[in-house]
Amino acid sequence: MTLKIGVPSKGRLMDRTFAWFGARGLTMRQSGSEREYSGSIDGLDGAELVLLSASEIPRELSAGRIHLGVTGSDLVRDRLADWDMQVAELAPMGFGQADLIIAVPAAWIDVDTLDDLDAVAAAFRAVHGHRLRIATKYHRLVRDFLAGQGVADYQLVDSLGATEGTVKNLTAEAIADITSTGETLRANHLKTLFDGLVHRSEATLYAARAADWTPAARAALADLARRTGLVPPALP
Amino acid sequence: MPDRLPDRAAIRAEADRLFSALQETGAQAVEADILLPAGALLDLYGEDIRARAYVTQDPIRGEMMLRPDFTVPVVQMHMAHGAEPARYCYRGEVFRKQDHIGARASEYLQVGYEVFAREAPATADAEAFALFHRLLAPLELRPATGDMGILLAAVRGLHTTDRRKAALLRHVWRPARFRALLDRFAGRTAPPPARLRLLDRLRSDTPEALMQAAGPFIGLRTPEEVAARARSLIEDSAAPPVSHREAALLDDLLAVSGAAPEALARLQDIAASLPSIAPAVGRFSDRLSALAALGIDTAALPFQASHGRSTLEYYDGFVFSFHADRPDWPPVASGGRYDALTAVLGQGRSIPAVGGVIRPGLVAALRAAP
Repeated sequence: MTLKIGVPSKGRLMDRTFAWFGARGLTMRQSGSEREYSGSIDGLDGAELVLLSASEIPRELSAGRIHLGVTGSDLVRDRLADWDMQVAELAPMGFGQADLIIAVPAAWIDVDTLDDLDAVAAAFRAVHGHRLRIATKYHRLVRDFLAGQGVADYQLVDSLGATEGTVKNLTAEAIADITSTGETLRANHLKTLFDGLVHRSEATLYAARAADWTPAARAALADLARRTGLVPPALP
Repeated sequence: MPDRLPDRAAIRAEADRLFSALQETGAQAVEADILLPAGALLDLYGEDIRARAYVTQDPIRGEMMLRPDFTVPVVQMHMAHGAEPARYCYRGEVFRKQDHIGARASEYLQVGYEVFAREAPATADAEAFALFHRLLAPLELRPATGDMGILLAAVRGLHTTDRRKAALLRHVWRPARFRALLDRFAGRTAPPPARLRLLDRLRSDTPEALMQAAGPFIGLRTPEEVAARARSLIEDSAAPPVSHREAALLDDLLAVSGAAPEALARLQDIAASLPSIAPAVGRFSDRLSALAALGIDTAALPFQASHGRSTLEYYDGFVFSFHADRPDWPPVASGGRYDALTAVLGQGRSIPAVGGVIRPGLVAALRAAP
């Protein structure tokens, strides 16, 4: 059984992942044409590259179908219940940084903090007859964050794309979304709450606790850890 | 949970036994649908329940929910066509998503009892508690009690603005936010810098002018709503803080914990300085007499003023639970008074109500344990 490493299958995330491993003496490359989702890794015996959509990698790690995986920490923490019981964080990789934040219309001059948002949610519900809607695709992260902060009278509505446009389109009153520079927020007349940082995300290398850790897979991981200077995780 | 649950047949038999015992008291057996319209439940509990309940889509009836508890359907049924007073019992599955890895069940049986009665609330409270106490007596569970009504009365009696009281009342069930609000209203913590900057700008500009400068107005919340809140913030900044004395009394109240007679004496002490809680403390005293009359050893009954603050937010009076000596177990039984809930669901009508549920799965596990 080889050590299966899941990496993002396209775009900047894939390029940066290949560069990260390349800088540590491990050459990853896509095999065949650019459209083929398989690849190889040179310089590491007993390892196999699996190219996957970054959003599928948490699920594959959870199921143990891959031993290692590279994806955003936002996706792992949002998609996996008790994420740290399912995967071990091996290394933050220094790219793909983005903040999951809560934003409201810039014209809401009376709202700068979660405390304001909570007060406005109560008043909004009384006036409009329904809860203040927050559009997001990060339900678990946002719900846990707001519950921890004691914010009430809101509801999450699912938004799979163009989340910043939901307020203008009247399908939400606020949003919780990933931003790196804040430009899209400003262009859509939104502002971030001062204490509205839900999670600081970064591309991260994870190990799956549920994977089949055969002696061969463990040996390949030990080799990889030595080559990259990582501390191998305690695995079952 | 460390113990393996007994098999379904044993749990069902335990549920039947408890249910029969409730029926023998004269309670009317009622049924509730398993598939409930999600609207009323979501409106009541919001995201807390959405995260915990199985929500599904029906092509005709819209968003539906697998029954997360019986209280809401039983209250709705009573408010629609119940005679008064009424005593109901029920038994059936409830469904709760578990978002943590572990052995907590996402489907389990509940057996419950609810009393709807306008007269003698202390007697009804005692009746519900004593009934559960009797049914569970062989298991030697640890009871816990509290009274949300005392804390609610204390907040209503504060000498501060209605807006502040409403904010505190809304967060009685979220202790961390409640604490942050109280500290701010009492001047123990400074307002956030962003608030101070806004208040500063509102001294020279109108809310309308500030909004105009902030950018185009988008979304359902109107400029009038924003302006109204901006003005309420100015008003609030001019209101005097909650006095240190009152804030300290509230702290004292929240810290009350001990055997019921000592807790009562302590609360009577506090009531001398905080007279708004006197009627609620009186009800606590009446309840203890009613419990003693039903054979409960009130001298040893634990009472905690903050018990019930982190449960679902509908209990507004007496609250109780029974705990097994097992780490990680939820309460074996729990319940309380929920007068305000009947008003929310009663479309203009309301009736005082108290009740609770037992988890026969846990009872059966305890009975099977060596």
